[in-house]
Amino acid sequence: MDIAPAHIVIAPVLIPLAVGALLLFFDDRERRLKLVLSLLSALFVLATSVLLLLRVHTGQGTTALIYLVGNWPIPIAITLVADRIATVMLVLAAALAIPSLLFAAERWEKVGPHFHSLFQFLLVGLNGAFLTGDLFNLFVFFEVMLAASYGLVLHGGGAARIRPGLHYIAINLGASLIFLVGIAMIFGATGSLNMAEIALRAEKLEGFAQPALHVGLALLGVAFMVKAGMWPLGFWLVPAYASAAGPVAAVFAMLSKVGIYSLLRLALLLPGQGTAFGSVIIFTGGVATILFACLGVLASQSMKRASAYFLLMSSGTLMAAFGMSHPPSTAGALFYLLSSTLAVGAFFLVVEVLEREQDAASNVLAVTLEAYGDGEEEDEEEPEVGRTVPGAVAVLGVSFCLLAMVLIGLPPLTGFIAKFAILTSLLGPGTDVLAGNQMRIVLAILLVLSGFVALIGLSRMGIRVFWAPVEPFTPKITVMETAPILLLLAMLVGLMVQAGPVMDLLNTTARDLHEPYRYLQAVFGAERTPPFAGRPH
Amino acid sequence: MELVIAAAIGILAGSGVWLVLRPRTYQLVIGLALLSYAVNLFIFSVGRLRVNAPPVLDGALEPSAYTDPVPQALVLTAIVIGFATTALFLVVLIVSRGLTGTDHVDGREG
Repeated sequence: MDIAPAHIVIAPVLIPLAVGALLLFFDDRERRLKLVLSLLSALFVLATSVLLLLRVHTGQGTTALIYLVGNWPIPIAITLVADRIATVMLVLAAALAIPSLLFAAERWEKVGPHFHSLFQFLLVGLNGAFLTGDLFNLFVFFEVMLAASYGLVLHGGGAARIRPGLHYIAINLGASLIFLVGIAMIFGATGSLNMAEIALRAEKLEGFAQPALHVGLALLGVAFMVKAGMWPLGFWLVPAYASAAGPVAAVFAMLSKVGIYSLLRLALLLPGQGTAFGSVIIFTGGVATILFACLGVLASQSMKRASAYFLLMSSGTLMAAFGMSHPPSTAGALFYLLSSTLAVGAFFLVVEVLEREQDAASNVLAVTLEAYGDGEEEDEEEPEVGRTVPGAVAVLGVSFCLLAMVLIGLPPLTGFIAKFAILTSLLGPGTDVLAGNQMRIVLAILLVLSGFVALIGLSRMGIRVFWAPVEPFTPKITVMETAPILLLLAMLVGLMVQAGPVMDLLNTTARDLHEPYRYLQAVFGAERTPPFAGRPH
Repeated sequence: MELVIAAAIGILAGSGVWLVLRPRTYQLVIGLALLSYAVNLFIFSVGRLRVNAPPVLDGALEPSAYTDPVPQALVLTAIVIGFATTALFLVVLIVSRGLTGTDHVDGREG
């Protein structure tokens, strides 16, 4: 089992980096080759992430695997920390990336240059941001991820994509500057960039350094909340995601989770015994985001916009649940994170197929065909009575229905389990710690309310598309596009069946997050690997 | 020295924010550039300001009298990243100008 023992931690960053760079050398016409290499890289990342997760989770008393870049001693070294939350996120990112890549193979990789390279660099940024234990490196990986996402959000081109894309880039450049100011203030206050060392020094700060650290952390929080799409910092998200290509939007469902991950990590690692730093603000922001997303879901006519609002809804729910700073709620929210990310990602893909039949251009085309007498297709049409449901409609309908169940939170699928876990942690037995805490009532009401709003929005959408279409509804979907949707559905079903073991893992993850001394012990206990055997020193 | 640096950062950031809030894409990109200069100066000054001193540490001297070199290293990275993203943003601006026929940030005059 001990293949490349220490270096495996950095593999999820290095593999896509190498493959992404390699793909730049091939002409874009070599599509199959690029796709295969890209998929192989994603599969390798998935395999190493799963391996890391198993090692961390099943190891005796292990909290994290630490990789010291360049084998420098702690705390000089830049550390990569593969703890439970980081590896869970790694696995989730890779699990979402593979179906997105498959889906893109049919159409989207052809409509612009260097799709696969950008996709790989996006994975580099994502994985790096999850793994790093160093603030400045977090910034660098964020920038790598964002730079790739700027290319991907504009993939396919067109004025409709450029306009929101421009806003997306401008906002994120601004957020990056705030991020930098925050890092500088934290460094000024504590003299360190290593997250574990900052946490250690934060307790002993005196005088002006204490407020300076808090201001720095608050600035970082703002930057992360912009990424997560918290109201009122997230108005850029819906237009940008709604106009992005389907597979890009699907993998962007993961992108907004990076903000939430960083928020969670820093808020819990840094000052405070018991409660997370700024938890009230995170909670309030989450609540506002849920309400905003509910209004958005009800108001949006276009399905893509509605799915972007579902993404916001999941962001808001996560922030509100994390803002409780109550370990069981965090565990439930992590399950919700897994379930909602996969579901929203798959939903973006389904909507992409449904909506491309209905966009303005194809409507105009249909009218034109009718006017100029291309009526052959209509003659071939069978009479309404006895017509079977076409395969494509059946597949899409069932997928839509299952995803709707996850997004609404209907049993037995994962959305229900996730919401149930959060609700139990708020109101169930053993919640005396939260007695007198009004936040839990607000969150419980909102969880149910958002499910109800999702039910209204999705039933309306489903009726309009599948039951009462204005024009005959004949979506075209190929096997290559069906497979990734079914793959994501299979993952959701797998998550449902294995909910017990997964919840065990997530409970331990939440414990690790809420007891940061374990993280600190792991980081400071990291030992340098000995020099090459037989070499004198 | 502190006053000069603080004033410089303040003026750069203030002008940057004002320009970012303007409706033209050219103003936006200049505003972001000014903001990033302000941020870079800020990072630079976090490592303490000291004038008229040699940059190399002499073992006999008190290290706390010197500036911290780490922010200077960080600012280099920040400059490079800022430079790259500004270049990328410029390309997007030009594409937007070509596709929408206007340099308004919303893609239409309004």
